Amino acid sequence: MNAHAFRLAGAELLALPSGGLFWPQEGLLCVSDLHLGKSERVARRRGLMLPPYETRATLARLEADIAATRAGRIVCLGDSFDDLAAGAALDEGDAQWLTRLMAGRDWTWIEGNHDPGPLSLGGTHLAEARVGPLTFRHTASTGAQGEVSGHYHPKCSLAGQSRPAFLCDARRLILPAYGAYTGGLRCTDAVLQALFDDPAIAILTGPRALPVPLPRATRRSA
Amino acid sequence: MSALPSRFSDWFATRGWQAHPHQLDMLARADEPSLLLIAPTGGGKTLAGFLPTLVELADGGFEGLHTLYVSPLKALAADIRRNLLTPITEMDLPIRVEDRTGDTSSARKKRQRGDPPHILLTTPESLALLVSYEDSPRIFANLQRVVVDEIHALSESKRGDQLMLALSRLQALAPNLRRVGLSATVENPAALAAELARHPDPCPILHADPGPDPDISMLVTDEKPPWAGGGAKYAIPAVLEQVRRHKTTLIFHNTRAQAEIFFHNLWLANDDDLPIGIHHGSLSREQRQKVEAAMVAGALRAVVCTGTLDLGIDWGDVDLIIQIGAPKNVKRLIQRIGRANHRYNAPSKAILVPANRFEIVECVAALEAARERDLDGDPKGPGPRDVLCQHILIRACAGPFLADDLYQEVKSAGAYAALSRAAFDDCLAFCATGGYALRAYDRWQRLKQTDGAWHLRDPRAALRIRMNIGTIQDTDRVKVRWRGRGGAPLGEVEEGFAATLTPGDTFLIGGQVVRYDRMREMIVEVSRRTDKEPRIATFMGTKFATSTQLSQRILRMFQQESWPELPGHTAEWLALQREVSKLPEADRILVETFPDAGRHHVCAYGFAGRNAQQTLGLLLTQRMEVQGLHPLGFVATDYATLIWGLDPVTDPEPLFTPDSLRDDFETWLGGNAVMKRTFRNVATIAGLIERNLPQATRKSGRQATFSSDILYETLMKYEPDHLLLRITREEALRGLVDFGRIEEMLTRTAGRIDHVALERVTPLAAPMFLEMGRVPVAASGAQRLMEEEASRLMALAGLEA
Repeated sequence: MNAHAFRLAGAELLALPSGGLFWPQEGLLCVSDLHLGKSERVARRRGLMLPPYETRATLARLEADIAATRAGRIVCLGDSFDDLAAGAALDEGDAQWLTRLMAGRDWTWIEGNHDPGPLSLGGTHLAEARVGPLTFRHTASTGAQGEVSGHYHPKCSLAGQSRPAFLCDARRLILPAYGAYTGGLRCTDAVLQALFDDPAIAILTGPRALPVPLPRATRRSA
Repeated sequence: MSALPSRFSDWFATRGWQAHPHQLDMLARADEPSLLLIAPTGGGKTLAGFLPTLVELADGGFEGLHTLYVSPLKALAADIRRNLLTPITEMDLPIRVEDRTGDTSSARKKRQRGDPPHILLTTPESLALLVSYEDSPRIFANLQRVVVDEIHALSESKRGDQLMLALSRLQALAPNLRRVGLSATVENPAALAAELARHPDPCPILHADPGPDPDISMLVTDEKPPWAGGGAKYAIPAVLEQVRRHKTTLIFHNTRAQAEIFFHNLWLANDDDLPIGIHHGSLSREQRQKVEAAMVAGALRAVVCTGTLDLGIDWGDVDLIIQIGAPKNVKRLIQRIGRANHRYNAPSKAILVPANRFEIVECVAALEAARERDLDGDPKGPGPRDVLCQHILIRACAGPFLADDLYQEVKSAGAYAALSRAAFDDCLAFCATGGYALRAYDRWQRLKQTDGAWHLRDPRAALRIRMNIGTIQDTDRVKVRWRGRGGAPLGEVEEGFAATLTPGDTFLIGGQVVRYDRMREMIVEVSRRTDKEPRIATFMGTKFATSTQLSQRILRMFQQESWPELPGHTAEWLALQREVSKLPEADRILVETFPDAGRHHVCAYGFAGRNAQQTLGLLLTQRMEVQGLHPLGFVATDYATLIWGLDPVTDPEPLFTPDSLRDDFETWLGGNAVMKRTFRNVATIAGLIERNLPQATRKSGRQATFSSDILYETLMKYEPDHLLLRITREEALRGLVDFGRIEEMLTRTAGRIDHVALERVTPLAAPMFLEMGRVPVAASGAQRLMEEEASRLMALAGLEA
């Protein structure tokens, strides 16, 4: 597997090339910002008719990661659905697919800002989850230790190519968005820069997970 | 209507003028439903177009909008308004003339809808917007005439198709509408006439006297032109000398970036402080208007410009045209030259300035072609369906419509005359539901049908559709402003360029060196220059491919024994290429291979034009990838493709086998960058993605738009036969991919490959190394380099990978 192995608060983790995070010791797979049902919400709210295939594209990727890692425990770090209505409007086939993936697995839905507590699909619904030294929540909080979060959809450029990326330092990890149509925020954005102390790394997704030192935006006094 | 009323002939007489025969012809045939006038610039073309309107309005009895004038440029509309005011004021005609473009204030636009002038001057985009309003039937109810200026230029892009669809709507609102087209010299007037007329109406063509042959020459300087580059810096002293000797000079460039660099260098050498301005489409409106005003006031001796000044704006007494860089197309050259000397029947004067040695060859070939009036051009395909999709949405903004009615209207536009009902229905379905096989969100469809009539599901959607009207595909641009002091706007740069800037970097814009300070809410803030050399803003500009006719001329020149018509240094260069390697021949493909700077290079001379050479680059690198040669990237010019990679190509012949090239092309077409770029244009025009968002939905920093690449990949995977993918494929074949010219190359060379393996770069290949627009190959080689770069950075930072 073209994953990148690293440690956070003593936990030995794997950043998968797909943008998922695998924790072998716990058999735990964590994905963030699936934004299922995005095209439906965009049609409803903005009147744009995007190709309605992002949910199956995202589920296909998730299924492949579950199969490859044989994860028994799944944590979805929030914004799993683009909003509550998008969850409710999930295509029947897609809903069955998701149920099949959930069957026999310990599945946790962390609340996000788009979907504060999703629907009738089962699983555990939590504001945040603690597993050993790690805390899983949707949005990074100040002063956190061993925190795994999502929300920002970070991306990073290397050798002229921009890819969704994990960002991490000694205290926290932010996952890239896993969903198919999700946009991104440059890792040089001030909001992301302020969250990380040196040394921090960015792990780019793609054919294989590539770690680089977190690029720093040069700051000048105004 | 026939003769010129005495009020008008008196006016001509007091000015010491005589109406041109074609102006009187236009008046005599003013009742024709459609009429196309072909006339050189300066031939009183515009007055010929407006004369019938002025005569019809002279008695003051007409209420409302009589004549709509459409031109490709905002500046042209403003200019025409000034020119029309002269006869109107001097003859005291009761006629109100106003312009309406993207630059017109919203208060004024609102008033124009309530109380339209007699003559409204506008652009295709502003007209499309007008047509989208619910009150458009009232605005256009009385419309008598539409005058399409510079129709030859509009016809070259989708803007022309959008305009003709808008005219089909106007004709439905005002059935007696008469159409007039004004065109520069073109290679196929009949095709242009068919585009203009309401199908199947005939469209008579009037030809004005083309005037005397232009006086064109190539600039010969003591200093030799450089081997490569497009700056023509070497020619600055000679160009300044020409500016000094003439009243007003227009200095044309092929790209905006080149115009900026040249202007910068011109100023550094301008010891006499000659007043010289710069004008191009990336400058802010304020900057452009300043230059236009100075030009009209006769305060400028020269303007450095790009295609934005290509068209018939009357800039006063222009007596010299200088073209920097080789003209890629003889027709455009002739049209540009027509900009000089507006006195009818005086020859236009123009000087071509080659920017490098190869361009000397191109210029000489172009001069020959111009003298022989050998105009080039390719036949156009049928009306593009992405533009039709946008038109359907625009129609929906104006109110409910019946599909049958709209189909009939659309078919009355010449370019869409052959559109099948099924193809129309596909476009309508796309606008309504997205047209996907999977009906995921039918309750939210964009257009709904009630009692047979189609209408917007949510009327508020009209605002967003109107914000995204237009077919001009600028790559994503961001605004540039001065930091502080009210932040006066300077212009725009490409978003991709802005992303590469770090604070302290310097670049050129509007002829000034500025320093990048920061990016705020997608606006680049800059301050005054530092001492550093500027980096150059990468405006895409339009890169036209050298026409087939010109390429063939160049290949014929290569076969000469010697080149007495070329300057000595250029002739020597070609001779050296012949000695070291070979000169390319029309019926063979020359392939050179050589190492340079640790990479292996392949240079293939196909002379198929920039777009086809680019496609060839994509195809060849894909095959090299399969062969495990790790290609890293390539760059294409009009005559060759240069590829570099980690391993050498020892036998190029299998790379060029026609059948496998064709097979590869089919499979390749799906996954390449050009297709993605084409898809992005198609999807934006058809209304799948929005370029402009209402202010409230814009989040700072975070992308609010959708990655068209991801949409493309998703569609390719789940619905490869979707309408937008079909349009993308057809379009890519014609335009950016231009496989037609690869086919032409394969036919003419019939598998004859000359492979020359060398130890170092050849004279002809050397300029390729300095070409802009390098395309990285996203494959194993690039991933390998990324990985190497990643571990280098990690090691440098003392981190464990």
